Amino acid sequence: MITLNHYLVLSGLLFSIGLVGVIKRKNLLMLFFATEIMLNAVNVGFAAISNHYGDLSGQMFAFFIIAIAASEVAVGLGLLILMYKRKSSVDLDTLTTMKG
Amino acid sequence: MFESIAFYIFSVLTITSFVVVVTTKNALYALSSLAAGMILISGFFFLLNADFLGVVQIVVYTGAVMALYAFGMMFFDTTETLRESHANPRVVFALSGMIAIILVVMLVAPIASTHVSALYPMVEGVGNSEAVGMVLFTKYLIPFEVAAVMLLVAMIGGIVLAGKKMDKSLTTSEQGEVK
Repeated sequence: MITLNHYLVLSGLLFSIGLVGVIKRKNLLMLFFATEIMLNAVNVGFAAISNHYGDLSGQMFAFFIIAIAASEVAVGLGLLILMYKRKSSVDLDTLTTMKG
Repeated sequence: MFESIAFYIFSVLTITSFVVVVTTKNALYALSSLAAGMILISGFFFLLNADFLGVVQIVVYTGAVMALYAFGMMFFDTTETLRESHANPRVVFALSGMIAIILVVMLVAPIASTHVSALYPMVEGVGNSEAVGMVLFTKYLIPFEVAAVMLLVAMIGGIVLAGKKMDKSLTTSEQGEVK
């Protein structure tokens, strides 16, 4: 029988995979992919808790997270295209202009 | 029984495709497996009686977001393999430890609150889409409108950021191929 804990463990696992991607990646496009994974993992957790308590608020939050993810992609890709025009690369290391 | 089988199959497939996303060196493989993982995630929503959320997941993520990423990847040179360099492993180690501690605190914190009751309980005999509509357009109307304005702002921001000098080619002008 699948309980709430199964879904929460799965959500944590997917979130950790996304976190590993955020820490590891140097390519900014891949970094965006990893953030999408993290947002999806949180959505699974919200839907599971919503089903467990018989409450629709979790699904509402998941909808708003999806809206935020969509606008994040629009603005992020615009910034990425701008950065590619300036630096002709999407590598994160090209942004380190300050000596520190 | 069927829920268990479906859950484990979807879990294994989702985790595999997301691990491929964060480990592969080819951007095209990462995009494809991310799209596959998004569709598989919607399977969990259908298992959890959140039908409308599952459909929205398929439509928005694999329809809109993935198409936007595929469109964005056409601007960049993604045929070469990505190179990942790590100059300072000590910083990575410290950051990973701190994030692990924060994650444990975040995951353990809900145990302190055991008395949780449904704020907007699901109505019997009403489908998921109708229930979502009733809650979304009554209790969550103002956040819904704010989200609509936010999407408009994001759209205008994306056009302003990416739309400048769109008539000039990004990749081929440096080699002098475009006259």
